[in-house]
Amino acid sequence: MATALPLDLARPRRTGAAGILLLLALAYGLVPLLGTGYLFEAILTPFLALALAGLGLNLLTGYAGLLSLGSAAFMAVGAYAAFNLSLRLPGLPLPATILLAGLVAAAVGAVAGLPALRLRGFYLAVSTLAVQFFVAWALNRIGWLSNDSPSGIVAAPRLEVAGLSFDDARGRYLFSLTVVAVLTFLAWRLVRSPTGRNLVAIRDHETAARIVGVKVARTKLLAFALSSFIVGIAGVLWAFAYLRTVEPAGFNLDRSFQILFIVIIGGLGTLRGAFLGAGFIVVLPLVLSRLGAAALGDGFDSGTLEMVQRIVLGALIVAVLIREPAGLAALLDRALNHALRRVRPRS
Amino acid sequence: MPRKVLSRALLTGAALLALGAAASADEQYFPLQSYRVGPYAAGGTGFFGGFIDYLNLINSRDGGVNGVKLTWSEGETQYEVERGVEVYERLKSRPGIAAWNPLSVGIAYAMIDRITADKVPLITINHGRTDSTDGRVFPFVFPLLLNPYSETSGIVEYLATREGGLDKLKGKTIAVLYHGSPYGKETIPIYEQLARQHGFKVEQIEVPHPGNEQQSQWLTIRRLKPDYVVLRGWGVMNPVALKTAQKTGFPASRIVGNVWSNSEEDVIPAGEAAKGYVAITTQASGTQYPVIQEIVRGVYDKGAGNLADTKRIGSVYHNLGVLNGILNVEAVRIAQAKFGHRTLTGDEVRWGFEHLRLDEARVASLGAKGLFHSINVTCANHEGEGRVTFQQWDGAKWSVVSDWIKPDWAALRPIIEASSAAYAKERGITPRDCDAEERAGDTAKRASADPQ
Repeated sequence: MATALPLDLARPRRTGAAGILLLLALAYGLVPLLGTGYLFEAILTPFLALALAGLGLNLLTGYAGLLSLGSAAFMAVGAYAAFNLSLRLPGLPLPATILLAGLVAAAVGAVAGLPALRLRGFYLAVSTLAVQFFVAWALNRIGWLSNDSPSGIVAAPRLEVAGLSFDDARGRYLFSLTVVAVLTFLAWRLVRSPTGRNLVAIRDHETAARIVGVKVARTKLLAFALSSFIVGIAGVLWAFAYLRTVEPAGFNLDRSFQILFIVIIGGLGTLRGAFLGAGFIVVLPLVLSRLGAAALGDGFDSGTLEMVQRIVLGALIVAVLIREPAGLAALLDRALNHALRRVRPRS
Repeated sequence: MPRKVLSRALLTGAALLALGAAASADEQYFPLQSYRVGPYAAGGTGFFGGFIDYLNLINSRDGGVNGVKLTWSEGETQYEVERGVEVYERLKSRPGIAAWNPLSVGIAYAMIDRITADKVPLITINHGRTDSTDGRVFPFVFPLLLNPYSETSGIVEYLATREGGLDKLKGKTIAVLYHGSPYGKETIPIYEQLARQHGFKVEQIEVPHPGNEQQSQWLTIRRLKPDYVVLRGWGVMNPVALKTAQKTGFPASRIVGNVWSNSEEDVIPAGEAAKGYVAITTQASGTQYPVIQEIVRGVYDKGAGNLADTKRIGSVYHNLGVLNGILNVEAVRIAQAKFGHRTLTGDEVRWGFEHLRLDEARVASLGAKGLFHSINVTCANHEGEGRVTFQQWDGAKWSVVSDWIKPDWAALRPIIEASSAAYAKERGITPRDCDAEERAGDTAKRASADPQ
């Protein structure tokens, strides 16, 4: 975690901006026209939600160097906060609900970040584990949080903003895409601001950062709050736009690990790493199992297929990390640079 | 990279659609969100194995239902909600879907909105959302045979028969050892209510997940000296409870398991400690029933059986799968009698489920006499008055030790209706008028009464 990772400042600005605009144009223009319900509902919406969670965790782990295993708990806090806000304040518009849910998650995150003032590395990871278990326990124990639903699973409200319904497959996708795009933009502004530089300074050398005047304690808590804010909103998307139910079991430790792997495989300390990692962890298994099913036919035992797919995915993860320990983002950069050099030979 | 993945996904989607369009007209399709991997695999392989075995039997013995062939395909969920949703979105565009049978509370909850919009039945046999019993609010959800509340009532009625009548329960103490999860806690208010109603004392003790350490709970039980312990467990909690009970000196014959504590997988790991343990079930286990015999002869002997281990034929989960197959197939048959011998729409199969009346004579003619009692689903009652029986483990197999017991449905109905009314209000659903639908009896009328 302590190794200095290259910040993506060195990349040529203009190519990056053009690439992002092109991606956005595709995501808003082409995909909604061509996509099927399955693509929106089963691939893109969960991809966007988990990419956003990865983005949030990356602020904390990638930029500020603070390891957390409590991401799923913050997702749960966001999702349950949004559920309760929409249930108890029926007049509240959905964007305000989501914003407030994010703030609730940020508050919980700041409290959960208190041990970070004393702990580092794996010791901090263990203390964030406590958050993971505490939130699951509280959701199970306090019936009020799930509106005293006997089974603890509650239905998410419909997606509507200012009379506009986003309740069909395409609407859910566009809704998630907009939330993710806005938050990614804000995160991008953040990592280029003095605060963002402070985060990196703490990651790279805490004592040095303190000497040059970075307020370490405040910045660490801020990192937890900002990260949890984004992860909390990712939880809202996961529950409201994707699953359409909110249940504590879906926000377990496995989910926290999944988000951590997204960040590590995608690339620590890069924003696009979260998206690449989510593509790898969320979308690739689905593609693999579809390909497997197409190759072997419907009659093939689905359990065996699942196992084969896991082995392939595991091998791919090992291969990627050996080839590029800094993750898919670095791999992509190298490939891009290579391609650019071919197109524009150095004069 | 994401673009590449996208285009690949698009291609796969297109290929799937093309595949679907090629299917022939006279088929009825069952999409299966099965789980053969992960912690629930034992239940998943048994249940989906039994279901597939019965569909296979109908195809090979009868050539389908009135000539309509039954088809199915599986998607692995590992019992995880998001995978269940993915499989739903993937398979829902296939033609001729009869019904969804996820056998998972979490997946079922996530599907309620989706299947209601798509107008396809969702079957949650023996489990699911209790208030979906009220078909006026949940037109497409069917918690067939048993829901958590009627299970609770069934257990209390059984304990009453052991004591010699409901009035004899007065003054008795029942301890409920429940799994520390939403599932485990779901029946707390019902036990409290039944205790007040019948004058027994109930002590509910939580076992935190996963439940592999229960010393303190069983010390409490020893101190309380209850007459019975109800085990509302899951997974490793069940064998550990039986073993710890033996260590504490509580007799297994006074422990009664609920519907998720009633399988071979729950008792075999406990070894000797499980001898005499009793558990509720909606379907008896064993292979002696004609329909199971036909599956052995017509499916397994031809090498087409779904279970990898043939010793599991007739086990609790396998028989539940077969029973689930019977109920699905009969709903299709009943709907065909009204709409014609062809591929039906989900809404037509829903009508079939709402008229799924199998009395004891019909159950016997299906070769399932003794396997299960009867079912009587109506528009308003989607559970269908399933009866329960109790089986005792003798160390090698389960044997039935009670009659077919009726839960006290009348007492539970008001609680269910209060809960479904709250749901209807929250979601803005106008409950259907079941009597009017029965009188009108035509499709157009029904469609307009459905929410959305």
